Amino acid sequence: MSQNPEINKFLDDRYEAGFVTNIESDTLPPGLSEDVIRTISARKGEPEWLLEWRLEAYKRWQQMKHPEWAHLDHPPVDFNEVSYFSQPKSMKDRPETLDDVDPELLRTYEKLGIPLHEQEMLAGVRKPVAVDAVFDSVSVGTTFRKQLEEAGVVFCSISEAVHSHPELVKKYIGSVVPQSDNFYAALNSAVFSDGSFVYIPKGVRCPMELSTYFRINEEKTGQFERTLIIADEGSHVSYLEGCTAPQRDENQLHAAVVELVALPGAEIKYSTVQNWYPGDENGVGGIYNFVTKRGVAHDNAKISWTQVETGSAITWKYPSVVLRGDNSVGEFYSVALTRGRQQADTGTKMIHLGKNTTSTIVSKGISAANSSNVYRGLVRIGPNAENARNFTQCDSMLIGDTCAAHTFPYIETRNPSAIIEHEATTSKVSEDQLFLCQSRGLDEEKAVSMIVNGFCKEVFQELPMEFAMEAKALLEVSLEGAVG
Amino acid sequence: MLQIENLHASVEDKEILKGLSLNVKPGEVHAIMGPNGSGKSTLTNVLAGRNGYEATSGSILFEGKDLTELEPEERARAGIFLAFQYPVEIPGVSNMEFLRASLEEVRAAQGKEVYDSVTMLRKAREACKQVDLDQGFLRRGVNEGFSGGEKKRNEIMQMLLLEPKLALLDETDSGLDIDALQVVAKGVNSLRSPDRAIVLVTHYQRLLDFIVPDFVHVLADGKIAKSGGKELALELEEKGYGWITGEGA
Repeated sequence: MSQNPEINKFLDDRYEAGFVTNIESDTLPPGLSEDVIRTISARKGEPEWLLEWRLEAYKRWQQMKHPEWAHLDHPPVDFNEVSYFSQPKSMKDRPETLDDVDPELLRTYEKLGIPLHEQEMLAGVRKPVAVDAVFDSVSVGTTFRKQLEEAGVVFCSISEAVHSHPELVKKYIGSVVPQSDNFYAALNSAVFSDGSFVYIPKGVRCPMELSTYFRINEEKTGQFERTLIIADEGSHVSYLEGCTAPQRDENQLHAAVVELVALPGAEIKYSTVQNWYPGDENGVGGIYNFVTKRGVAHDNAKISWTQVETGSAITWKYPSVVLRGDNSVGEFYSVALTRGRQQADTGTKMIHLGKNTTSTIVSKGISAANSSNVYRGLVRIGPNAENARNFTQCDSMLIGDTCAAHTFPYIETRNPSAIIEHEATTSKVSEDQLFLCQSRGLDEEKAVSMIVNGFCKEVFQELPMEFAMEAKALLEVSLEGAVG
Repeated sequence: MLQIENLHASVEDKEILKGLSLNVKPGEVHAIMGPNGSGKSTLTNVLAGRNGYEATSGSILFEGKDLTELEPEERARAGIFLAFQYPVEIPGVSNMEFLRASLEEVRAAQGKEVYDSVTMLRKAREACKQVDLDQGFLRRGVNEGFSGGEKKRNEIMQMLLLEPKLALLDETDSGLDIDALQVVAKGVNSLRSPDRAIVLVTHYQRLLDFIVPDFVHVLADGKIAKSGGKELALELEEKGYGWITGEGA
């Protein structure tokens, strides 16, 4: 079959969230030291135990080496060139309500299509979603607090939770991702600035979707948020996370930690639409995204990760589930699209410890242009995990012939009763498919986007309705110029 | 409607069509027959604008416009429909979603009213019925896991919905049993009208028992070697192609 030269042409980089907001910020000078950590902790008025916890993490981090096992190629990150804390100046006296928030900030979120005004959301047709917006290092506002409080749900920034619910934070922080878990988790533990905190009480079904939007704005600033979600026995929560950043020429560092605790019978659904700036087509600029996400599922609990990743220059992320309790369930549904010179090394870990534990992995990788897309997954069955069951489906799609897709599945089983299935396919957007669509009146761009959307269908079905629309639209924008 | 003059076309630098001329008027049904390798499929692919099928000289006019200048999707929007010999699968994209997108583009381009979703669904169900396809096929991925016959009927279903001015059928009869052949023929015949033309490419005369053509052309070595009425097809059935192509009876 003749090669379609048009398919090989690459994506015009259209990144819609690439604007910068002019806001006076209070930013720490670049560099990392014990003093910097003490300053961050002091600015946030943290209790002594948390400062100690941070310093402990810093000590461990200094002894660790940068991970080199991933299938990624990037210059070493200079950790002394990064600023570890930045907050909008007007935030110094924390706003009590959204009315106190700098209007410029609110406009930023409006531009991104994230409504922070409850009134508008209530008046509109949009289903209400409670939003916690994190701008550079701090949370700028959380909506629908009152309604959530009535249900007993705590949804606030983690800095706030340190003061309002110290016993919960102290008990669970680092319980899923320990300080020294890995290089970037240790760094995050030392310098984390803000992030979201969620607690759902026993037996409560959270009355609305919870959502956090992360935005890196300030130059040369790293973002190190830390999210902690605790679903108490028999409770249920669906949490959405979205991320964007301005278009800048230098690389910016994002190293987050997300910890999920699903107590017996609880269910947590965690969805991400990640659209950090990916850099231009020559690989200049873009976010380095090194993230540790993990959940622990106790007896009869369920944790489900769904992610749509289209952004970042480098993605290094493996949302995982530790199936600690009997009959617990873990799920991972992922779409990762890379283009330009983006590199993604992403996947999941399912650690089966309890009996009758079940995990499902569905990963869809799409690579275009000169990008590289890696699925890396681990399924581990512990010796006591009787009747554990895993199903993995891992599909790659190539657009053009200068991109790459790799699959590295690791399976370790120490219990003979386990049943593990692994299916993998690699396909190409074929000329025949394109021609069929075109002869039915669709242009190449629409055709590619339709074919790719079809390929991702199983994952999009897992996303909450509104996020699914957003993910689909995002994919369309990202594929614009992928052909012709 | 369609005027082809002295058309030369190449596939991968090999000349397949060597001076083909054909004139199709509204309301007519033309059958193009010929032995393997005579250039039948090349002709439909050149007309639909498939990548790699290049017209090197001569002209193709569709309603007076130079067709070779248009992208495949522009030809579709102008009212040309190609029913594929081997329709491909598009996994995960439902037939209904595909039809909706296609009809939206084509109807909007033709200045026709774009169907709302209720009308769209009703039309699609009617079209399914006409080609004897279960409505469940609308929810399935485009051609995903369809049998050969189902794929062909799916093509005709799309054609019925798109209501093209010029329908090109590329060996739509191949691989069909007699019942399916009749269903397909019924669908095509229902589309016959004074302002619409149909060009059938086929190997066998059998399809022409059901879709009776106004003209039959025999393609040999990239040119039309002989043209005639429907009786020419019967003659071919009896004598084979040899007496026309000069390769011995």
